[in-house]
Amino acid sequence: MSNTDFSLAIEDLTVSFDGFKAIDQVNLYIDRNELRVIIGPNGAGKTTLLDLICGKTRAAAGSIKFKNIELTKMAEFKRVRLGIGRKFQTPSIYENLTVFQNLEVSFPKGRSVLGALAFVCDEEVQQRVHTVASDVLLGDRLQLQAGLLSHGQKQWLEIGMLLMQEPELLLLDEPIAGMSAKERDQTAELLKRICNNRSVIVIEHDMDFVKRIASKVTVMHQGKILAEGPMSKIQSDPRVIEVYLGH
Amino acid sequence: MNFSELLNIGLMQGFAGLSLFAVLLLMGLGLAIIFGQMGVINMAHGEFMTIGAYTIYLSSHLTELYAPGLKQIYFPFAVVLAFFFAFLLGWLVEWVLIRHLYKRALDTLLATWGISLAMQQCFRTFIGPKEVSPNLPDWLLDAWAPVPGLDIPRNGLFVLALTLFVTGAVLLALSKSRWGLRVRATVSNRMMANAIGIDTSKTDRLTFAIGCGIAGMAGAAFTTIGSTGPTSGQLYIVDSFLVVTFGGAASLLGTVVSAFGIAQTQSLAEFFLHGSMAKVLTLSLIVVILMMRPQGLFASKVRR
Amino acid sequence: MSMFQALNKRYQLISLFILAILLVVVLPLLLDIFRLNLIGKYLSYAFVAVGLVMVWGYGGVLSLGQGVFFGLGGYAMAMFLKLEASDPITTKIQSTPGIPDFMDWNQITALPLMWHPFKSFSFSLFAVVAVPTLLAWIVSFAMFKRRVGGVYFAIITQAVALILTVLIIGQQGYTGGVNGMTDLKTLLGWDTRTNGAKYILYYVCVALLIGSILLCRWIQTSKAGTLLLAMRDKEDRVRFSGYDVADFRIFTFCLAAALSGIGGALFTLQVGFMSPSFVGIVPSVEMVIFAAVGGRMSLIGAVYGTLIVNAGKSFFSESFPDLWLFLMAGLFIGVTMAFPMGLAGLWESFVVTRWEKYRSKAKGSQSDKAALAGGLQ
Repeated sequence: MSNTDFSLAIEDLTVSFDGFKAIDQVNLYIDRNELRVIIGPNGAGKTTLLDLICGKTRAAAGSIKFKNIELTKMAEFKRVRLGIGRKFQTPSIYENLTVFQNLEVSFPKGRSVLGALAFVCDEEVQQRVHTVASDVLLGDRLQLQAGLLSHGQKQWLEIGMLLMQEPELLLLDEPIAGMSAKERDQTAELLKRICNNRSVIVIEHDMDFVKRIASKVTVMHQGKILAEGPMSKIQSDPRVIEVYLGH
Repeated sequence: MNFSELLNIGLMQGFAGLSLFAVLLLMGLGLAIIFGQMGVINMAHGEFMTIGAYTIYLSSHLTELYAPGLKQIYFPFAVVLAFFFAFLLGWLVEWVLIRHLYKRALDTLLATWGISLAMQQCFRTFIGPKEVSPNLPDWLLDAWAPVPGLDIPRNGLFVLALTLFVTGAVLLALSKSRWGLRVRATVSNRMMANAIGIDTSKTDRLTFAIGCGIAGMAGAAFTTIGSTGPTSGQLYIVDSFLVVTFGGAASLLGTVVSAFGIAQTQSLAEFFLHGSMAKVLTLSLIVVILMMRPQGLFASKVRR
Repeated sequence: MSMFQALNKRYQLISLFILAILLVVVLPLLLDIFRLNLIGKYLSYAFVAVGLVMVWGYGGVLSLGQGVFFGLGGYAMAMFLKLEASDPITTKIQSTPGIPDFMDWNQITALPLMWHPFKSFSFSLFAVVAVPTLLAWIVSFAMFKRRVGGVYFAIITQAVALILTVLIIGQQGYTGGVNGMTDLKTLLGWDTRTNGAKYILYYVCVALLIGSILLCRWIQTSKAGTLLLAMRDKEDRVRFSGYDVADFRIFTFCLAAALSGIGGALFTLQVGFMSPSFVGIVPSVEMVIFAAVGGRMSLIGAVYGTLIVNAGKSFFSESFPDLWLFLMAGLFIGVTMAFPMGLAGLWESFVVTRWEKYRSKAKGSQSDKAALAGGLQ
């Protein structure tokens, strides 16, 4: 496959678990600075697709190119260093550390063993932690142990940890799960703010939320891409209504 | 030395390996079902084997004292008794200890090591530090010689038959019985199994006890090839751990294959090398292979 | 830095200071040289326990084979000392003078190739650290790069301990077999059995131990320490934050192995022999209990744990040998079931929190937050 202008280009991606094809010949292209929402029924392969992009699962066939660099054989941490950030479905934060430490640890410096030993939390790091913390609405919670945050705040903290790395591609798996209505509004605002200079892929079930944030939506079903396009078009697509949206 | 003599020696060495295979398989089988079900490695597994071995010894002793006429037939009953005692003790240990250490697999290693120390000291205090051997029935003692020059010890044949029987029974129970169904359900999704009304903690206890009971039968098999002392269990414990990991922890078929492979490698190496070097060679080989292929011989691929 | 961290830092420094006073001043004043030498022997195990705090408490990876590294360090030192003790004049009654006595007993007539470098003191010192570290690197690289941890890693390390023990016992011509290497009397001509030498070796041991604790403490407080804790609880999150988790684990495991090797060498120097009974499965698991009793998260607790368990072992196995194994069994079960954070955990939950409460009452609301943070940790 030749080089493209896309931020992320996935072609003929396939993976199977004991014969079951979780992802089947998927093609997906994400533009720079695009916010793409993936929807689809349970078991459609949405999370597996993110797993394949970030390296949690290995592809059986096909290609994933990020900034025209082939990822399929690359170790996970190297993909992260290229600029891919992944938020998991259930908030994955360090519950025993403070909010500050959670963000500090995610700062993209001192990533080797020796680098981590020599790492100093200097003015620059502290500045960045404070900026990101107020971005994700946790500016006044820096010294709190992360385990004590509410579920929604944990989701924000994890997004904040990703922002610390200034990724060029953000993969967000159900970022508003378990959030109150007010928190959902705030998250929608947050997502709009952070996708200014990066591409974002969001998996979400909440259709109201999807409508609010999405310009382009991809619908997955049984490991394949069923439809793709602007929200208005997707909503009226009979196949999508059949398998997912309901009548 | 001509060819047929060489063949005979090879066969006999192979048979010596089969006795080891039997003990390793029975030990590994018990460990594997416990590990598969609960993610726990039981460091006291060797001592449960020793319990079984002592049971055989005590049965033989008591038979001799009170019913010498039964000498020829006590052994099968003693094997059942060995299972039973180890089973009961396993039940107790799970109830008192293991169930409190849920999701702390590493701590379970240490706690069961404590159990193992306590059991060894119990053997030393109550039975004695000396190694003992049961008086086996005559039909277990001599060798079977299908052709002149080829002596196959009958105890080896018996142990092999016992092992095959137990292995078959375990595999059958896992695939057909209620217990097996519950075990398989718990292994694949503990929370879900709980949610649909399987008493997983009861299943755990039963599984642990059955695993220990099988170790007790391994002890019975062990009495036919060695004498029993307080620390006999330690002889096989690392080998049995390796049998389980080498086979791929989730696979009982893997356990059978790896027990066979390890026992035969060791037996073959012993023919060419000094005993301790054979052991070093076998263990190193397994460790190196496990470093290259840590998931063991048989492993299934699922999304995690 | 939060108030809790500042407090914690001061608390750590004070407890290290108390430990140093105890080892440097109090024990040498209280005990005769025989007992002090015994303490020195225990302290050489404490290197292993301190390493285990890093690998197991912080790293979340349990090794049941630390005796291997202790033994390799100890044997490296013992080989040098044994060669020194086997000069041709002392060994002139042997059929081959100039080689260690056990080789002569095993009809070996020339020094094996492997032994030659150990004629050099500086090489031997290097080997004390390098050999355990190299083996640790090989084992941990193979395992951690393939994401093997938990019970599997424990089993593999245990198997390595068994292999090395069987190898040492089996190759008695090269290793001294089950008796080990004995009669190690001098170091570069200096008689290590005199009282003066024992005092010096004790202080060397204490100094190196405190140095090791400081080094480990520094690592814990660095970003690497935070990362170790982070990957113990959320391995995937660390990996997907751009870190090679395996590298950090390998580093920690090698560090623990190097410390154990140093401990082993100090053991050989202070006790005057090295044998396979400090290498195998049983001593390796026992070393884990030293750290567990002291508190798997506390470097200083590990030292106290080592001292207490070993003092108990010496006392009971002399006076009530039958009881000792039961007590040991009780320790294993009790520590894992009831006190997973060991003595340090008990100390912190009873003494420190109470003290904080008392202080916060005295000082009012200002330190309330600190006490709260302390209670959470």
